[in-house]
Amino acid sequence: MTVHSFQEHFDEKIDNEVSIEPRDWMPDDYRKTLIRQISQHAHSEIVGMLPEGNWITRAPSLRRKAVLLAKVQDEGGHGLYLYSAAETLGITRDEMIEQLHSGKAKYSSIFNYPTLTWADMGAIGWLVDGAAIMNQVPLCRTSYGPYARAMVRVCKEESFHQRQGFEIMMTLANGTDVQKKLAQDALNRWWWPSIMMFGPPDDDSPNTAQSMRWRIKRFTNDELRQKFIDVTVEQAKLIGLTVPDPDLKWNEETGHYDYGKINWDEFWNVVKGNGPCNKERLETRRKAWEEGKWVRDAALAYAEKRKARKEKATLAA
Amino acid sequence: MTNQPINESINQLLYALELADNALIIGHRISEWCGHGPVLEQDIALTNTALDHLGQARSFYQFAANIFNALPADQKANFFSSPVLQNKIAAGENIDEDDLAYLRDGWDFRNVLLVEQPNKDWAFTVIRSFFYDVYNFYFYTELQKSKVAELAAIAEKSLKEVTYHLRWSSEWVIRLGDGTEESHERMQTAVNERWAFTGELFQMSEADKVMLAEGIGIDLNAIKPLWQQRVAEVLQEATITMPASTWMQEGGKEGRHSEHLGYILAELQFMQRAYPNMEW
Repeated sequence: MTVHSFQEHFDEKIDNEVSIEPRDWMPDDYRKTLIRQISQHAHSEIVGMLPEGNWITRAPSLRRKAVLLAKVQDEGGHGLYLYSAAETLGITRDEMIEQLHSGKAKYSSIFNYPTLTWADMGAIGWLVDGAAIMNQVPLCRTSYGPYARAMVRVCKEESFHQRQGFEIMMTLANGTDVQKKLAQDALNRWWWPSIMMFGPPDDDSPNTAQSMRWRIKRFTNDELRQKFIDVTVEQAKLIGLTVPDPDLKWNEETGHYDYGKINWDEFWNVVKGNGPCNKERLETRRKAWEEGKWVRDAALAYAEKRKARKEKATLAA
Repeated sequence: MTNQPINESINQLLYALELADNALIIGHRISEWCGHGPVLEQDIALTNTALDHLGQARSFYQFAANIFNALPADQKANFFSSPVLQNKIAAGENIDEDDLAYLRDGWDFRNVLLVEQPNKDWAFTVIRSFFYDVYNFYFYTELQKSKVAELAAIAEKSLKEVTYHLRWSSEWVIRLGDGTEESHERMQTAVNERWAFTGELFQMSEADKVMLAEGIGIDLNAIKPLWQQRVAEVLQEATITMPASTWMQEGGKEGRHSEHLGYILAELQFMQRAYPNMEW
Protein backbone atom coordinates (compact mmCIF):
# COMPACT_ATOMS: atom_id res chain seq x y z
CA MET A 1 0.00 0.00 0.00
CA THR A 2 1.15 3.52 -0.65
CA VAL A 3 0.95 6.19 2.03
CA HIS A 4 -2.03 7.50 0.18
CA SER A 5 -3.91 4.23 0.43
CA PHE A 6 -2.87 3.86 4.09
CA GLN A 7 -4.47 7.22 4.65
CA GLU A 8 -7.62 6.19 2.80
CA HIS A 9 -7.87 3.02 4.81
CA PHE A 10 -7.49 5.01 8.06
CA ASP A 11 -10.11 7.57 6.98
CA GLU A 12 -12.50 4.80 6.10
CA LYS A 13 -12.15 3.29 9.56
CA ILE A 14 -12.73 6.66 11.19
CA ASP A 15 -15.80 7.29 9.04
CA ASN A 16 -17.20 3.86 9.82
CA GLU A 17 -16.52 4.18 13.54
CA VAL A 18 -14.04 1.29 13.51
CA SER A 19 -11.59 1.84 16.34
CA ILE A 20 -7.92 2.41 15.58
CA GLU A 21 -5.63 -0.04 17.36
CA PRO A 22 -1.94 0.28 18.28
CA ARG A 23 -0.63 -1.78 15.35
CA ASP A 24 -2.76 0.03 12.77
CA TRP A 25 -1.23 2.64 10.51
CA MET A 26 -2.14 6.14 11.62
CA PRO A 27 -1.14 9.63 10.50
CA ASP A 28 1.74 11.13 12.49
CA ASP A 29 -0.38 14.04 13.59
CA TYR A 30 -3.12 11.74 14.87
CA ARG A 31 -0.50 9.91 16.93
CA LYS A 32 1.00 13.17 18.22
CA THR A 33 -2.39 14.61 19.11
CA LEU A 34 -3.30 11.48 21.03
CA ILE A 35 0.01 11.36 22.89
CA ARG A 36 -0.45 15.00 23.84
CA GLN A 37 -4.04 14.50 24.96
CA ILE A 38 -3.67 11.17 26.79
CA SER A 39 -0.47 12.12 28.59
CA GLN A 40 -1.98 15.44 29.57
CA HIS A 41 -4.93 13.54 30.93
CA ALA A 42 -2.65 11.12 32.84
CA HIS A 43 -0.63 14.00 34.29
CA SER A 44 -3.85 15.67 35.39
CA GLU A 45 -4.75 12.58 37.39
CA ILE A 46 -1.37 12.49 39.07
CA VAL A 47 -1.07 16.21 39.79
CA GLY A 48 -4.74 16.10 40.79
CA MET A 49 -3.84 13.77 43.65
CA LEU A 50 -2.06 16.68 45.38
CA PRO A 51 -4.82 19.21 46.10
CA GLU A 52 -7.02 16.46 47.52
CA GLY A 53 -4.17 14.56 49.16
CA ASN A 54 -3.70 17.83 51.00
CA TRP A 55 -6.79 17.07 53.13
CA ILE A 56 -6.39 13.34 53.81
CA THR A 57 -4.64 13.86 57.14
CA ARG A 58 -7.20 16.53 58.12
CA ALA A 59 -10.48 14.95 57.00
CA PRO A 60 -13.21 15.74 59.56
CA SER A 61 -14.38 12.17 60.18
CA LEU A 62 -12.92 8.70 59.76
CA ARG A 63 -15.54 7.83 57.16
CA ARG A 64 -14.72 10.92 55.08
CA LYS A 65 -11.04 10.15 55.42
CA ALA A 66 -11.57 6.61 54.11
CA VAL A 67 -13.63 7.81 51.15
CA LEU A 68 -11.08 10.49 50.30
CA LEU A 69 -8.18 8.02 50.48
CA ALA A 70 -10.04 5.66 48.19
CA LYS A 71 -10.76 8.47 45.79
CA VAL A 72 -7.19 9.69 45.58
CA GLN A 73 -6.07 6.11 45.14
CA ASP A 74 -8.49 5.77 42.21
CA GLU A 75 -6.90 8.83 40.62
CA GLY A 76 -3.50 7.18 40.83
CA GLY A 77 -5.07 4.15 39.15
CA HIS A 78 -6.50 6.33 36.37
CA GLY A 79 -3.07 7.82 35.84
CA LEU A 80 -1.71 4.32 35.51
CA TYR A 81 -4.22 3.16 32.85
CA LEU A 82 -3.78 6.36 30.92
CA TYR A 83 0.01 6.19 30.91
CA SER A 84 -0.34 2.62 29.67
CA ALA A 85 -2.74 3.70 26.93
CA ALA A 86 -0.29 6.41 25.83
CA GLU A 87 2.59 3.92 25.85
CA THR A 88 0.84 1.95 23.11
CA LEU A 89 1.55 4.95 20.89
CA GLY A 90 5.31 4.60 21.25
CA ILE A 91 6.30 6.81 24.16
CA THR A 92 7.51 5.60 27.56
CA ARG A 93 6.10 6.62 30.92
CA ASP A 94 9.48 8.01 31.93
CA GLU A 95 9.53 10.22 28.83
CA MET A 96 6.07 11.52 29.64
CA ILE A 97 7.04 12.21 33.25
CA GLU A 98 10.14 14.01 32.02
CA GLN A 99 7.90 16.19 29.81
CA LEU A 100 5.66 16.98 32.77
CA HIS A 101 8.59 17.94 34.96
CA SER A 102 10.23 20.11 32.30
CA GLY A 103 6.97 21.96 31.72
CA LYS A 104 6.70 20.74 28.13
CA ALA A 105 3.57 18.72 28.86
CA LYS A 106 0.58 20.35 30.50
CA TYR A 107 -2.01 19.11 32.96
CA SER A 108 -5.45 20.43 33.78
CA SER A 109 -5.07 23.98 35.09
CA ILE A 110 -7.75 23.46 37.70
CA PHE A 111 -5.20 21.73 39.92
CA ASN A 112 -3.22 24.94 40.14
CA TYR A 113 -5.86 26.33 42.47
CA PRO A 114 -5.41 25.76 46.23
CA THR A 115 -7.63 23.63 48.48
CA LEU A 116 -8.16 25.95 51.41
CA THR A 117 -10.95 24.31 53.38
CA TRP A 118 -12.56 20.92 53.78
CA ALA A 119 -15.45 22.13 51.61
CA ASP A 120 -13.02 22.17 48.69
CA MET A 121 -13.10 18.36 48.80
CA GLY A 122 -16.81 18.63 48.12
CA ALA A 123 -16.43 21.27 45.44
CA ILE A 124 -13.71 19.34 43.62
CA GLY A 125 -15.75 16.15 43.58
CA TRP A 126 -18.92 17.89 42.53
CA LEU A 127 -17.60 20.46 40.07
CA VAL A 128 -14.18 19.32 38.90
CA ASP A 129 -15.06 15.64 38.63
CA GLY A 130 -18.46 16.64 37.27
CA ALA A 131 -16.79 18.66 34.51
CA ALA A 132 -14.30 15.85 33.92
CA ILE A 133 -17.17 13.40 33.40
CA MET A 134 -18.79 15.68 30.82
CA ASN A 135 -15.48 15.73 28.99
CA GLN A 136 -14.76 12.07 29.44
CA VAL A 137 -18.00 10.24 28.74
CA PRO A 138 -17.75 11.01 25.01
CA LEU A 139 -14.14 9.77 25.16
CA CYS A 140 -15.43 6.26 25.89
CA ARG A 141 -16.28 6.29 22.15
CA THR A 142 -13.12 8.03 21.02
CA SER A 143 -11.54 6.58 17.86
CA TYR A 144 -8.35 5.23 19.48
CA GLY A 145 -9.20 1.84 21.04
CA PRO A 146 -6.86 1.72 24.07
CA TYR A 147 -7.86 5.26 25.08
CA ALA A 148 -11.57 4.51 24.72
CA ARG A 149 -11.25 1.36 26.81
CA ALA A 150 -9.26 3.13 29.54
CA MET A 151 -11.94 5.81 29.65
CA VAL A 152 -14.72 3.30 30.24
CA ARG A 153 -13.08 2.32 33.53
CA VAL A 154 -12.20 5.87 34.43
CA CYS A 155 -15.75 7.13 33.87
CA LYS A 156 -17.30 4.51 36.13
CA GLU A 157 -15.13 5.62 39.02
CA GLU A 158 -15.46 9.32 38.25
CA SER A 159 -19.21 9.21 38.55
CA PHE A 160 -18.78 7.76 42.04
CA HIS A 161 -16.38 10.60 42.85
CA GLN A 162 -18.80 13.17 41.59
CA ARG A 163 -21.58 11.77 43.77
CA GLN A 164 -19.44 11.72 46.90
CA GLY A 165 -18.36 15.32 46.24
CA PHE A 166 -21.94 16.42 45.84
CA GLU A 167 -22.82 14.55 49.03
CA ILE A 168 -20.12 16.45 50.95
CA MET A 169 -21.54 19.73 49.63
CA MET A 170 -25.09 18.70 50.45
CA THR A 171 -24.11 17.77 54.02
CA LEU A 172 -22.44 21.15 54.44
CA ALA A 173 -25.30 23.03 52.82
CA ASN A 174 -27.74 21.34 55.21
CA GLY A 175 -25.46 21.92 58.18
CA THR A 176 -24.77 24.80 60.54
CA ASP A 177 -24.33 28.41 59.37
CA VAL A 178 -20.59 28.10 59.25
CA GLN A 179 -20.83 24.88 57.25
CA LYS A 180 -23.11 26.63 54.73
CA LYS A 181 -20.55 29.40 54.57
CA LEU A 182 -17.80 26.86 53.88
CA ALA A 183 -19.86 25.35 51.06
CA GLN A 184 -20.74 28.68 49.46
CA ASP A 185 -17.15 29.91 49.74
CA ALA A 186 -15.91 26.77 47.99
CA LEU A 187 -18.47 27.14 45.20
CA ASN A 188 -17.46 30.79 44.79
CA ARG A 189 -13.83 29.87 44.35
CA TRP A 190 -14.26 26.74 42.17
CA TRP A 191 -17.09 27.74 39.86
CA TRP A 192 -15.20 29.80 37.29
CA PRO A 193 -12.09 27.61 37.17
CA SER A 194 -14.42 24.60 36.70
CA ILE A 195 -16.19 26.01 33.70
CA MET A 196 -12.82 26.99 32.25
CA MET A 197 -11.88 23.29 32.40
CA PHE A 198 -13.62 22.74 29.06
CA GLY A 199 -10.92 24.78 27.42
CA PRO A 200 -10.95 27.96 25.35
CA PRO A 201 -14.08 28.98 23.44
CA ASP A 202 -14.59 27.20 20.10
CA ASP A 203 -13.49 30.19 18.01
CA ASP A 204 -10.18 30.18 19.91
CA SER A 205 -9.54 26.43 20.01
CA PRO A 206 -7.17 25.60 17.16
CA ASN A 207 -7.16 21.82 17.65
CA THR A 208 -10.89 21.22 17.88
CA ALA A 209 -11.78 20.89 14.19
CA GLN A 210 -9.10 18.30 13.45
CA SER A 211 -9.83 16.35 16.64
CA MET A 212 -13.51 16.26 15.74
CA ARG A 213 -12.66 15.07 12.25
CA TRP A 214 -10.57 12.24 13.74
CA ARG A 215 -13.35 11.48 16.19
CA ILE A 216 -10.97 11.90 19.09
CA LYS A 217 -13.32 14.62 20.27
CA ARG A 218 -17.07 14.29 19.85
CA PHE A 219 -18.31 17.65 21.14
CA THR A 220 -16.80 21.11 21.10
CA ASN A 221 -15.57 22.87 24.24
CA ASP A 222 -18.51 25.26 24.27
CA GLU A 223 -21.07 22.50 23.80
CA LEU A 224 -19.71 20.58 26.77
CA ARG A 225 -19.42 23.72 28.88
CA GLN A 226 -23.05 24.58 28.21
CA LYS A 227 -24.17 21.09 29.13
CA PHE A 228 -22.21 21.24 32.38
CA ILE A 229 -23.63 24.62 33.34
CA ASP A 230 -27.21 23.55 32.61
CA VAL A 231 -26.88 20.49 34.85
CA THR A 232 -24.82 22.03 37.65
CA VAL A 233 -26.89 25.18 38.14
CA GLU A 234 -29.88 22.99 38.90
CA GLN A 235 -27.87 20.93 41.39
CA ALA A 236 -26.71 24.10 43.16
CA LYS A 237 -30.32 25.25 43.46
CA LEU A 238 -31.29 21.89 44.90
CA ILE A 239 -28.95 22.35 47.87
CA GLY A 240 -29.54 26.07 48.25
CA LEU A 241 -26.20 27.40 47.04
CA THR A 242 -25.76 30.39 44.75
CA VAL A 243 -23.69 30.14 41.59
CA PRO A 244 -21.40 33.19 41.63
CA ASP A 245 -22.43 34.57 38.24
CA PRO A 246 -24.81 37.58 38.28
CA ASP A 247 -25.46 37.16 34.55
CA LEU A 248 -26.65 33.60 34.86
CA LYS A 249 -30.16 33.42 33.44
CA TRP A 250 -32.42 30.76 31.96
CA ASN A 251 -33.01 31.40 28.26
CA GLU A 252 -36.42 30.11 27.16
CA GLU A 253 -35.52 30.40 23.50
CA THR A 254 -32.34 28.35 23.52
CA GLY A 255 -33.41 26.06 26.37
CA HIS A 256 -30.08 26.73 28.07
CA TYR A 257 -28.63 28.98 30.73
CA ASP A 258 -26.95 32.14 29.50
CA TYR A 259 -23.82 32.84 31.52
CA GLY A 260 -21.47 35.71 32.18
CA LYS A 261 -18.16 36.51 30.60
CA ILE A 262 -15.38 34.07 31.41
CA ASN A 263 -12.06 35.60 32.40
CA TRP A 264 -9.91 34.04 29.69
CA ASP A 265 -7.03 36.24 30.67
CA GLU A 266 -6.90 34.40 33.99
CA PHE A 267 -7.23 31.06 32.20
CA TRP A 268 -4.27 31.69 29.89
CA ASN A 269 -2.18 33.00 32.76
CA VAL A 270 -2.79 29.89 34.81
CA VAL A 271 -1.95 27.75 31.77
CA LYS A 272 1.28 29.71 31.33
CA GLY A 273 2.32 29.00 34.92
CA ASN A 274 1.01 32.02 36.80
CA GLY A 275 -1.70 30.24 38.79
CA PRO A 276 -1.63 30.27 42.58
CA CYS A 277 -0.08 26.79 42.88
CA ASN A 278 1.64 25.98 39.56
CA LYS A 279 5.08 26.18 41.08
CA GLU A 280 4.23 24.18 44.20
CA ARG A 281 2.50 21.41 42.26
CA LEU A 282 5.38 20.89 39.85
CA GLU A 283 7.96 21.21 42.59
CA THR A 284 6.15 18.58 44.63
CA ARG A 285 6.03 16.17 41.68
CA ARG A 286 9.69 16.76 40.83
CA LYS A 287 10.72 16.31 44.46
CA ALA A 288 8.83 13.00 44.76
CA TRP A 289 10.49 11.82 41.54
CA GLU A 290 14.00 12.91 42.47
CA GLU A 291 13.81 11.60 46.02
CA GLY A 292 12.43 8.34 44.68
CA LYS A 293 15.33 7.79 42.31
CA TRP A 294 17.42 5.74 44.71
CA VAL A 295 14.36 3.58 45.43
CA ARG A 296 13.70 2.91 41.74
CA ASP A 297 17.41 2.23 41.19
CA ALA A 298 17.43 -0.24 44.09
CA ALA A 299 14.37 -2.07 42.77
CA LEU A 300 15.98 -2.36 39.35
CA ALA A 301 19.34 -3.49 40.73
CA TYR A 302 17.65 -6.10 42.89
CA ALA A 303 15.55 -7.41 39.98
CA GLU A 304 18.70 -7.79 37.88
CA LYS A 305 20.58 -9.57 40.65
CA ARG A 306 17.68 -11.95 41.10
CA LYS A 307 17.49 -12.68 37.42
CA ALA A 308 21.23 -13.35 37.25
CA ARG A 309 21.04 -15.68 40.25
CA LYS A 310 18.15 -17.58 38.72
CA GLU A 311 19.99 -18.01 35.43
CA LYS A 312 23.07 -19.21 37.28
CA ALA A 313 20.97 -21.70 39.23
CA THR A 314 19.32 -22.96 36.05
CA LEU A 315 22.71 -23.42 34.36
CA ALA A 316 24.08 -25.30 37.37
CA ALA A 317 21.08 -27.62 37.47
CA MET B 1 -22.60 -6.26 77.97
CA THR B 2 -24.73 -5.33 80.99
CA ASN B 3 -23.90 -8.55 82.85
CA GLN B 4 -20.21 -8.04 82.41
CA PRO B 5 -18.18 -6.99 85.44
CA ILE B 6 -17.15 -3.36 85.06
CA ASN B 7 -13.45 -4.09 85.34
CA GLU B 8 -13.53 -6.51 82.49
CA SER B 9 -15.38 -3.98 80.34
CA ILE B 10 -12.82 -1.33 81.10
CA ASN B 11 -9.96 -3.62 80.25
CA GLN B 12 -11.63 -4.64 77.02
CA LEU B 13 -12.10 -0.98 76.20
CA LEU B 14 -8.44 -0.20 76.86
CA TYR B 15 -7.40 -3.24 74.87
CA ALA B 16 -9.51 -2.20 71.90
CA LEU B 17 -8.06 1.30 72.10
CA GLU B 18 -4.50 -0.06 71.97
CA LEU B 19 -5.37 -1.86 68.76
CA ALA B 20 -7.38 1.00 67.27
CA ASP B 21 -4.77 3.64 68.07
CA ASN B 22 -1.95 1.59 66.54
CA ALA B 23 -3.97 1.18 63.36
CA LEU B 24 -5.09 4.81 63.18
CA ILE B 25 -1.66 6.28 63.74
CA ILE B 26 0.28 4.04 61.36
CA GLY B 27 -2.46 4.59 58.78
CA HIS B 28 -2.08 8.34 59.24
CA ARG B 29 1.67 8.18 58.77
CA ILE B 30 1.38 6.00 55.66
CA SER B 31 -1.30 8.26 54.21
CA GLU B 32 1.21 11.13 54.32
CA TRP B 33 2.88 9.44 51.35
CA CYS B 34 -0.19 9.75 49.17
CA GLY B 35 0.82 11.63 46.01
CA HIS B 36 4.51 11.64 46.98
CA GLY B 37 5.63 8.04 46.38
CA PRO B 38 8.78 7.11 44.45
CA VAL B 39 6.78 5.49 41.66
CA LEU B 40 3.09 5.50 40.84
CA GLU B 41 2.43 1.80 41.58
CA GLN B 42 3.90 2.20 45.08
CA ASP B 43 1.94 5.37 45.69
CA ILE B 44 -1.21 3.38 44.99
CA ALA B 45 -0.07 0.40 47.09
CA LEU B 46 0.70 2.58 50.11
CA THR B 47 -2.57 4.48 49.87
CA ASN B 48 -4.36 1.16 49.80
CA THR B 49 -2.45 0.02 52.89
CA ALA B 50 -3.30 3.26 54.69
CA LEU B 51 -6.93 2.57 53.88
CA ASP B 52 -6.69 -0.95 55.34
CA HIS B 53 -5.21 0.35 58.60
CA LEU B 54 -7.87 3.02 58.80
CA GLY B 55 -10.58 0.39 58.27
CA GLN B 56 -9.14 -1.70 61.11
CA ALA B 57 -8.98 1.36 63.36
CA ARG B 58 -12.64 2.10 62.67
CA SER B 59 -13.71 -1.44 63.53
CA PHE B 60 -11.88 -1.33 66.86
CA TYR B 61 -13.10 2.18 67.69
CA GLN B 62 -16.68 1.17 67.03
CA PHE B 63 -16.21 -1.84 69.28
CA ALA B 64 -14.62 0.37 71.96
CA ALA B 65 -17.35 3.00 71.72
CA ASN B 66 -20.04 0.37 72.29
CA ILE B 67 -18.29 -0.87 75.40
CA PHE B 68 -17.81 2.65 76.66
CA ASN B 69 -21.42 3.65 76.09
CA ALA B 70 -22.59 0.67 78.13
CA LEU B 71 -20.51 1.63 81.20
CA PRO B 72 -22.24 3.13 84.25
CA ALA B 73 -22.34 6.93 84.24
CA ASP B 74 -19.90 7.35 87.14
CA GLN B 75 -17.32 5.26 85.30
CA LYS B 76 -17.68 7.28 82.14
CA ALA B 77 -17.58 10.78 83.59
CA ASN B 78 -13.81 11.23 83.85
CA PHE B 79 -12.61 8.23 81.93
CA PHE B 80 -11.04 10.43 79.26
CA SER B 81 -9.20 13.60 80.19
CA SER B 82 -10.50 15.64 77.27
CA PRO B 83 -12.92 18.37 78.45
CA VAL B 84 -14.82 18.17 75.14
CA LEU B 85 -15.44 14.46 75.61
CA GLN B 86 -16.30 14.94 79.27
CA ASN B 87 -18.92 17.55 78.36
CA LYS B 88 -20.45 15.25 75.81
CA ILE B 89 -20.63 12.45 78.34
CA ALA B 90 -22.02 14.76 81.03
CA ALA B 91 -24.77 15.72 78.58
CA GLY B 92 -25.71 12.05 78.39
CA GLU B 93 -24.60 11.61 74.78
CA ASN B 94 -23.18 8.40 73.41
CA ILE B 95 -19.75 8.56 71.86
CA ASP B 96 -18.69 7.09 68.51
CA GLU B 97 -15.57 6.22 66.50
CA ASP B 98 -14.95 9.86 65.61
CA ASP B 99 -15.11 11.04 69.21
CA LEU B 100 -12.44 8.53 70.12
CA ALA B 101 -10.17 9.46 67.23
CA TYR B 102 -10.70 13.20 67.22
CA LEU B 103 -11.35 14.30 70.78
CA ARG B 104 -8.76 12.55 72.93
CA ASP B 105 -5.40 14.11 73.68
CA GLY B 106 -2.13 12.21 73.40
CA TRP B 107 -2.06 10.91 76.98
CA ASP B 108 -5.23 8.93 76.27
CA PHE B 109 -3.72 7.38 73.10
CA ARG B 110 -2.34 3.90 73.72
CA ASN B 111 -0.47 3.18 70.49
CA VAL B 112 3.13 2.00 70.55
CA LEU B 113 5.83 4.59 69.83
CA LEU B 114 6.91 2.76 66.68
CA VAL B 115 3.84 3.70 64.65
CA GLU B 116 4.07 7.42 65.34
CA GLN B 117 7.69 7.72 64.14
CA PRO B 118 8.07 9.97 61.07
CA ASN B 119 8.26 8.60 57.53
CA LYS B 120 11.68 10.19 56.85
CA ASP B 121 12.48 8.28 53.66
CA TRP B 122 11.33 5.12 51.89
CA ALA B 123 13.67 2.90 53.96
CA PHE B 124 12.41 4.26 57.30
CA THR B 125 8.83 3.92 56.12
CA VAL B 126 9.36 0.37 54.91
CA ILE B 127 11.11 -0.82 58.06
CA ARG B 128 8.47 0.72 60.36
CA SER B 129 5.81 -1.12 58.38
CA PHE B 130 7.82 -4.32 58.34
CA PHE B 131 8.39 -4.43 62.12
CA TYR B 132 4.72 -3.64 62.66
CA ASP B 133 3.39 -5.98 59.96
CA VAL B 134 5.27 -9.00 61.32
CA TYR B 135 3.85 -8.24 64.75
CA ASN B 136 0.37 -7.70 63.34
CA PHE B 137 0.49 -10.89 61.35
CA TYR B 138 1.11 -13.08 64.42
CA PHE B 139 -1.10 -10.92 66.60
CA TYR B 140 -4.16 -11.18 64.37
CA THR B 141 -3.53 -14.85 63.73
CA GLU B 142 -3.88 -15.42 67.47
CA LEU B 143 -6.67 -12.91 68.01
CA GLN B 144 -8.86 -14.93 65.68
CA LYS B 145 -9.22 -17.32 68.62
CA SER B 146 -10.49 -14.59 70.97
CA LYS B 147 -13.42 -15.50 73.18
CA VAL B 148 -15.05 -12.22 72.11
CA ALA B 149 -16.63 -12.95 68.75
CA GLU B 150 -16.41 -9.35 67.48
CA LEU B 151 -12.67 -9.19 68.11
CA ALA B 152 -12.15 -12.56 66.47
CA ALA B 153 -14.15 -11.41 63.45
CA ILE B 154 -12.17 -8.17 63.08
CA ALA B 155 -8.96 -10.19 63.38
CA GLU B 156 -10.02 -12.63 60.70
CA LYS B 157 -10.91 -9.87 58.26
CA SER B 158 -7.76 -7.88 59.07
CA LEU B 159 -5.46 -10.86 58.72
CA LYS B 160 -6.13 -11.02 54.98
CA GLU B 161 -5.01 -7.42 54.64
CA VAL B 162 -2.07 -7.81 57.00
CA THR B 163 -0.81 -10.84 55.11
CA TYR B 164 -0.54 -8.64 52.04
CA HIS B 165 1.07 -5.81 54.02
CA LEU B 166 3.68 -8.21 55.35
CA ARG B 167 4.49 -9.52 51.91
CA TRP B 168 4.82 -5.98 50.60
CA SER B 169 7.08 -4.73 53.39
CA SER B 170 9.22 -7.91 53.47
CA GLU B 171 9.82 -7.61 49.75
CA TRP B 172 10.86 -3.99 50.09
CA VAL B 173 13.22 -4.70 52.99
CA ILE B 174 14.92 -7.30 50.82
CA ARG B 175 14.90 -5.15 47.69
CA LEU B 176 16.46 -2.19 49.44
CA GLY B 177 18.86 -4.25 51.55
CA ASP B 178 20.08 -6.25 48.58
CA GLY B 179 19.66 -3.50 45.97
CA THR B 180 22.31 -0.83 45.48
CA GLU B 181 25.04 0.28 47.85
CA GLU B 182 23.03 3.38 48.69
CA SER B 183 19.80 1.53 49.36
CA HIS B 184 21.63 -1.01 51.51
CA GLU B 185 23.15 1.72 53.60
CA ARG B 186 19.84 3.52 53.98
CA MET B 187 18.06 0.33 54.98
CA GLN B 188 20.73 -0.56 57.53
CA THR B 189 20.48 2.93 59.05
CA ALA B 190 16.71 2.70 59.22
CA VAL B 191 16.87 -0.73 60.89
CA ASN B 192 19.41 0.53 63.43
CA GLU B 193 17.40 3.63 64.26
CA ARG B 194 13.98 2.04 64.49
CA TRP B 195 15.12 -1.07 66.36
CA ALA B 196 14.71 0.59 69.77
CA PHE B 197 10.97 0.88 69.14
CA THR B 198 10.39 -2.83 68.64
CA GLY B 199 10.62 -3.93 72.29
CA GLU B 200 7.43 -2.13 73.24
CA LEU B 201 5.42 -4.27 70.86
CA PHE B 202 5.76 -7.17 73.31
CA GLN B 203 5.44 -5.28 76.55
CA MET B 204 2.28 -6.46 78.31
CA SER B 205 0.16 -3.61 79.60
CA GLU B 206 -2.24 -4.12 82.48
CA ALA B 207 -5.11 -4.49 79.98
CA ASP B 208 -3.07 -6.99 77.93
CA LYS B 209 -2.52 -9.14 81.02
CA VAL B 210 -6.16 -9.13 82.08
CA MET B 211 -7.35 -9.86 78.54
CA LEU B 212 -4.93 -12.75 78.25
CA ALA B 213 -6.16 -14.20 81.54
CA GLU B 214 -9.75 -13.90 80.31
CA GLY B 215 -9.06 -15.68 77.03
CA ILE B 216 -9.91 -12.53 75.10
CA GLY B 217 -6.47 -11.17 74.33
CA ILE B 218 -3.26 -12.85 73.35
CA ASP B 219 0.08 -13.62 74.90
CA LEU B 220 2.62 -11.20 73.49
CA ASN B 221 5.47 -13.21 74.96
CA ALA B 222 4.37 -16.16 72.88
CA ILE B 223 4.48 -14.26 69.60
CA LYS B 224 7.78 -12.55 70.38
CA PRO B 225 9.97 -15.51 69.27
CA LEU B 226 7.90 -15.85 66.08
CA TRP B 227 8.46 -12.16 65.38
CA GLN B 228 12.18 -12.46 66.10
CA GLN B 229 12.54 -15.42 63.81
CA ARG B 230 10.68 -13.86 60.90
CA VAL B 231 12.55 -10.57 61.26
CA ALA B 232 15.89 -12.39 61.39
CA GLU B 233 15.06 -14.39 58.24
CA VAL B 234 14.03 -11.37 56.21
CA LEU B 235 16.94 -9.22 57.37
CA GLN B 236 19.33 -12.03 56.53
CA GLU B 237 17.94 -12.31 53.02
CA ALA B 238 18.23 -8.54 52.77
CA THR B 239 21.91 -8.78 53.81
CA ILE B 240 21.15 -6.47 56.73
CA THR B 241 22.84 -6.87 60.12
CA MET B 242 20.54 -7.29 63.12
CA PRO B 243 21.24 -4.53 65.65
CA ALA B 244 22.97 -5.72 68.81
CA SER B 245 21.43 -3.04 70.99
CA THR B 246 18.86 -4.21 73.50
CA TRP B 247 17.89 -0.85 75.00
CA MET B 248 14.24 -0.25 74.11
CA GLN B 249 12.06 2.87 74.13
CA GLU B 250 8.65 2.48 75.68
CA GLY B 251 5.74 4.41 77.15
CA GLY B 252 3.25 4.64 74.29
CA LYS B 253 1.00 1.93 75.68
CA GLU B 254 0.75 3.94 78.92
CA GLY B 255 0.06 7.20 77.11
CA ARG B 256 3.63 8.59 77.31
CA HIS B 257 4.44 9.35 73.70
CA SER B 258 7.18 10.89 71.60
CA GLU B 259 6.88 14.53 70.58
CA HIS B 260 5.63 13.39 67.19
CA LEU B 261 2.19 12.32 68.34
CA GLY B 262 1.17 15.84 69.34
CA TYR B 263 1.73 17.08 65.81
CA ILE B 264 -0.10 14.13 64.29
CA LEU B 265 -3.11 14.86 66.49
CA ALA B 266 -2.97 18.61 65.83
CA GLU B 267 -3.37 17.84 62.14
CA LEU B 268 -5.72 14.89 62.40
CA GLN B 269 -8.08 16.59 64.84
CA PHE B 270 -8.01 20.10 63.36
CA MET B 271 -11.50 20.10 61.84
CA GLN B 272 -13.27 18.68 64.89
CA ARG B 273 -11.45 21.16 67.12
CA ALA B 274 -12.11 24.22 64.94
CA TYR B 275 -15.71 23.25 64.11
CA PRO B 276 -16.95 21.20 67.07
CA ASN B 277 -20.25 19.32 67.27
CA MET B 278 -21.09 19.16 63.59
CA GLU B 279 -21.98 16.43 61.16
CA TRP B 280 -19.63 16.03 58.22
